Amino acid sequence: MSEVLIVPTMAEMLAQGKQPEVLFWVGCSGSFDDRAKKITKAFIRILNRANVSFAVLGTEESCSGDPAKRAGNEFLFQMQAMMNIEVLNAYEVKKIVTACPHCFNTLKNEYPELGGVYEVVHHTEFLKSLLDDGRLTIEGGQFKGKRITFHDPCYLGRANNVYEAPRDLIQKLDAELVEMKRSRANGLCCGAGGAQMFKDAEAGNKEINIERTEDALETQPEIIAAGCPFCNTMMTDGIKNKEKESEVKVLDIAELIANAQDL
Amino acid sequence: MGFLSTILFAIFLVLGFGYFYFNIKKIVRNINLGTAVNRKDNPKARWKNMAMIALGQSKMVKRPVAGILHIIVYAGFIIINIELLEIIIDGLFGTHRIFAFLGTSYNVLIGSFEILAFLVLVSVFTFWIRRNIIRLKRFANKDLTGFPKNDANYILYFEVVLMTLFLLMNASDLHLQNIPGGFSHFIKAGFFPISQFIEPLFNGVSSNLVFILNEMFWWLHIIGILIFMNYLYYSKHLHILLAFPNTYFVDLNPKGQLSNLESVTNEVKLMMDPNANPYATPVVDENAVPSKFGASDIQDLNWVQLMNAYTCTECGRCTSSCPANITGKKLSPRKIMMDTRDRIEEVGKNIDANNGVFVPDNKSLLNDYITPEELWACTSCNACVEECPVNISPLSIIVDLRRYLVMEQSAAPNSLNAMMTNIENNGAPWQYNQQDRLNWKNEI
Repeated sequence: MSEVLIVPTMAEMLAQGKQPEVLFWVGCSGSFDDRAKKITKAFIRILNRANVSFAVLGTEESCSGDPAKRAGNEFLFQMQAMMNIEVLNAYEVKKIVTACPHCFNTLKNEYPELGGVYEVVHHTEFLKSLLDDGRLTIEGGQFKGKRITFHDPCYLGRANNVYEAPRDLIQKLDAELVEMKRSRANGLCCGAGGAQMFKDAEAGNKEINIERTEDALETQPEIIAAGCPFCNTMMTDGIKNKEKESEVKVLDIAELIANAQDL
Repeated sequence: MGFLSTILFAIFLVLGFGYFYFNIKKIVRNINLGTAVNRKDNPKARWKNMAMIALGQSKMVKRPVAGILHIIVYAGFIIINIELLEIIIDGLFGTHRIFAFLGTSYNVLIGSFEILAFLVLVSVFTFWIRRNIIRLKRFANKDLTGFPKNDANYILYFEVVLMTLFLLMNASDLHLQNIPGGFSHFIKAGFFPISQFIEPLFNGVSSNLVFILNEMFWWLHIIGILIFMNYLYYSKHLHILLAFPNTYFVDLNPKGQLSNLESVTNEVKLMMDPNANPYATPVVDENAVPSKFGASDIQDLNWVQLMNAYTCTECGRCTSSCPANITGKKLSPRKIMMDTRDRIEEVGKNIDANNGVFVPDNKSLLNDYITPEELWACTSCNACVEECPVNISPLSIIVDLRRYLVMEQSAAPNSLNAMMTNIENNGAPWQYNQQDRLNWKNEI
């Protein structure tokens, strides 16, 4: 499939005197991590299909500062935040969508006090609104009847009380949504939050992602759906560890929808 | 009751409440060792939290067995204490069952107190089994050894003794009420659905002895309550009082939102201001205390975090849901709260011993109580905050201690230092050039 992705940048939009409806904040994972880049592209295919007027910051985007803040480096976080806010405010950004719950939480909750006030939504919420407004239609396609379990990202669920949007989307695929014993507010972390993604775990008797992968496998899913690039990595590693990669796939909600549409 | 017993009763009462007041003042003083934080906004939401979570126990029932049993003990505690009002009046004025004039309502009241007392006994018995026979993981955890383990059992024994005394008091009272022709001032009053089954115990015992026993039960019951009240300060049981302010002054922001340190904001703004003169003589306030980034001891935490520590009842729901703890790491959110309280107490005693001034003791919450290894194991997932039945946030303390480690001591694990260097140099936690951020667009 030859793909032509239309990915305008804010700078290009400005040059044409246009203001997009929404800024897509790609995030570091979405920009650099090979697995997460696929999620980014899947989401863009959907945006293109639904004719959403959007733009990315491209080379003007920088780390939101989340891992620095969670590690305790408030200086670095606030420097990142203020630099990003300067760029965002210069483009008069009003609405931001992102596929990373960590960026989502930071931009939504921690930027306003520093002068960056935007309407920030997670890509699952945004996709849900496209469906609700009739701008996007999805049919089950290849996922009809498949057993899919959803792993709640901490920074989407507990941190910001978004539990239903990703589940609504899975159900729109006519898939069989199966819940893990620990889900929604009781969901277990994948092990990557709070800057853990960038360090080895402390001594213990198990890796957290293995514990969580076991939760997921108990539901005997064909697909583990994720809504966070870090969770995706952790669950994928867990599945590999359990040697189940031929039976169970780990996919982002955006990938599920893009694939269902053969995008 | 004679004049002497009235005086004696008044003395007990004054001593009991006096010592309680003395300790409460100490707790307030200790909580105020924390830094200021404004938690007075949005009173409507705050009252609602208090009504739902503290009064309504809404988060307790997330674990139904413990939740329902706890509601019974809690209701028993509150409702049976209405009886305390009658006991105090009777004690002070030498009356007997002063509220008996309420007639049927009085019977209903006493009857429901009795049923509750019985249910409390059943619940407490179940709690004891869960703790000592079944040994649920969160109660057998290594956080709970020594005093904390015994403390939990003492409370249960206390409840058993108090409820038993209450029922024995009523049973002996009923026995005296039933003596043909009446006995002294024991009028027919009250309805005794439970103690009527205990009453036959006194058959064949002389009326005078039953009277003395009745007096004894009455006294032991009220003295027991006063002792229990004063034991609170030394135990994990302060939550019965502090749960209310604790749920009121909770952080109302989304759980994912960490505070932005204001002291840092000022510095960063200055750093980024192109008009700032780097050679300007800084305005120095002679009296200003040099600000410290993050927290290394309890004086650096805010007062709500300190109140959290006094409120914690060591139930361990946080620890049992902590991903780090579940997978065998040293971190236990409950221990974070217990350590914080222990350190507050140590600082408080230091202040008491040194005429109201804290004399540095070369110890701190960080390192002496909580180790970096525990702190770095946290994934900031908020499971502990979500679980806490009284909205304590161990996470906020963990983050403040991490801030100190990183910003004051540059003591982050190496891999995190590398991540932060990357962010500083190239705007991403990995070593990729910022100019390559859009390369994915053209990759197949």
